[in-house]
Amino acid sequence: MSDVITLAHGSGGKAMEELIRTVFVSTFDNSELTNMEDQARFDLAELQQQGHRLAFTTDSYVVDPLFFPGGDIGKLAVTGTVNDLAMGGAKPLYLSCAFIIEEGLPIDTLKKVVRSMQDTAREAGVSIVTGDTKVVHKGSCDKLFINTAGVGVIAEGVNIRAQGAQVGDAIIINGYLGDHGAAIVDARGDLALQNSIESDCQPLNDLVQTMLAVCPDIHCLRDATRGGLATVLNEFAQASDCCMQVDETKLPIRSEVRGMCEILGLDPLYLANEGKLVAVVPSAAADQLIQTMQNHSAGCHSAIIGHVTATPKRGVLMTTGFGSQRIVDRLVGEQLPRIC
Amino acid sequence: MKYVDEFRDPDTARKLVQQIQRLTNSIMAQRAEAGNTRPLQLMEFCGGHTHTIFRYGIEQLLPNAIELVHGPGCPVCVLPRGRVDDAVALASRPEVIFTTFGDAMRVPGSKKSLLQAKADGADIRMVYSPLDALKLAKENPEREVIFFALGFETTMPSTALTLLQAERQGITNFSLFCNHITTVPTIEAILGDPDMILDGFLAPGHVSMVIGEAPFQFVAEEFHKPLVITGFEPLDILQSLTMVLMQIHDGRTEVENQYKRVVQKQGNSPGQQAIKTVFEIRDFFELRGLGSVDHSGVRIRDAYARFDAERKFPVAGLTVTDPAGCQCGEVLKGLIRPWQCRQFGEQCIPQTPMGALMVSSEGACAAYYQYSDVQALKIKRHEGSGGKERAFT
Repeated sequence: MSDVITLAHGSGGKAMEELIRTVFVSTFDNSELTNMEDQARFDLAELQQQGHRLAFTTDSYVVDPLFFPGGDIGKLAVTGTVNDLAMGGAKPLYLSCAFIIEEGLPIDTLKKVVRSMQDTAREAGVSIVTGDTKVVHKGSCDKLFINTAGVGVIAEGVNIRAQGAQVGDAIIINGYLGDHGAAIVDARGDLALQNSIESDCQPLNDLVQTMLAVCPDIHCLRDATRGGLATVLNEFAQASDCCMQVDETKLPIRSEVRGMCEILGLDPLYLANEGKLVAVVPSAAADQLIQTMQNHSAGCHSAIIGHVTATPKRGVLMTTGFGSQRIVDRLVGEQLPRIC
Repeated sequence: MKYVDEFRDPDTARKLVQQIQRLTNSIMAQRAEAGNTRPLQLMEFCGGHTHTIFRYGIEQLLPNAIELVHGPGCPVCVLPRGRVDDAVALASRPEVIFTTFGDAMRVPGSKKSLLQAKADGADIRMVYSPLDALKLAKENPEREVIFFALGFETTMPSTALTLLQAERQGITNFSLFCNHITTVPTIEAILGDPDMILDGFLAPGHVSMVIGEAPFQFVAEEFHKPLVITGFEPLDILQSLTMVLMQIHDGRTEVENQYKRVVQKQGNSPGQQAIKTVFEIRDFFELRGLGSVDHSGVRIRDAYARFDAERKFPVAGLTVTDPAGCQCGEVLKGLIRPWQCRQFGEQCIPQTPMGALMVSSEGACAAYYQYSDVQALKIKRHEGSGGKERAFT
């Protein structure tokens, strides 16, 4: 096999067959794939034993650079979709993966990404059961794009939804904010900052199941990916027609991330995360829930960051460490570093 | 976080706010005796100050008798539309890699912004320093790398020193599209306006770090207004307001420096020297919202013409006026509050800004839009009420 991906690897011929067999099937290694059928097939009765409703989601991953401190595009492609399922309270089971590869990508790079996907899938307890490969001309995509879709099952009685927030509820986050966004800015190397910020990229499904065991009545749950905490809280406020009040001093943010934001004029509330969830829960359950979360590896730095009120208005309001209050709105466009 | 949290301490803030309240009461009492009940209008010149004021909700902490007027010191905001059109034209040349600071990408020209030009295929790259642009020029000898040089005196030395470095290294495929502007003529234009009724000034800290204290003396001596050079943390702003109020209270008009941890009296002489070597004053330059202001811009000296994108390539240099109905000028002068502009939150919103002040996150209108209850402000405008606005009304 050649060292780099060529258009032949996407042509449907021998090169493609060899690539699928030696890179994908051997790494993902499960019976659905080794059958080499055009689709994965599931026994409905088995699925039904595990849950009450089916959850289904998809997401595409185009991160640059492909490898960054704390993760890579493969890990991201699995955690992202697993987490999207988990936020509905679903137990993720199966993923599909589709690769769009720019010709010239070293096959070793692809192997590294695929291994990382499999490691992450194993950690999350899901199987990658079907896939697709396309190779495009140089310049038609940036190195490697991945799409994954996932299915999972939701247990009876779990009813998590953005409209579910109630006055008096506590707002919870499972750890440090903004690590992923900051790590990506850092990994692009434009700033030549010397620091050690790692992406928080991690599957959250086990944490969510642990949370549901303690508090089956989680009202809202979303992962704070693009747009960060601010966006999720605005979505909850909008959907639930309430005011999400947060306390700036309670927000867990690493000093390296704060420092980078100060330099660039960015706001950590809008930075992307890849392993952080925001939960709105009945306040009576909050303390016990936080304790449980803090004992979980994906939630060591969990904290109650605010609460839900009816007034003064629908939206997100933050009490600053300085003692004043300000509105935290949705972002307009992307955050751009300031001149001076 | 060290060197940051100390300047955001709520207890110190409370003490400063109490002092501001006492001084304001005393000043307003003095004025009332003279039959003057007009609120105190204090201008923070710099967009960085405006940003801090909104981010930390400082206006809410101040007495009603103090009105902050948000000045034109946001270089992105005052970038005229015609110059953005020129930047887009330069960036669209096939041989050009056009480099710019991030927040200039969104500024609308008459047809499009750099962000839109990038989507249309122009090779536009965001950099953090002009040195990044120079590095790109070295890495791409077959391309012409143009740096979109923007900003007041704060960013001028880094542009100048980069040009001098390019000269020393014999780099020929690097040039600047120079839109640097100068602070003093801009302040003069504001103070010289017969409509202006400012009572005091918070002067830009980072500009002062370069030019020093002396250039601001005319504000105190000729226009008899108190001026305090101000840092960018919330306690800096509150302390500077206290200092301005004390001057008003004592009947003094002086240049004082609150930002001593950064600003030296003489400024930064190597920086000043680099500016002098590379740039010369233009007879006039357009500032968006304020119109043409004499001597407000600089251009590259003839000796460095080969680094001047305006001389290397044809540049139209047309003036494009702001859309009709845009009231940026009145807001900049403090004649109306941002939300009192007829277009605020209507045609003019951050996604599609009509006027200068809605463009950058440091612009006063964009800050109001981001940090206030826009619907409530719009209702207030329709009701015709004036006075001070709160985050939640």
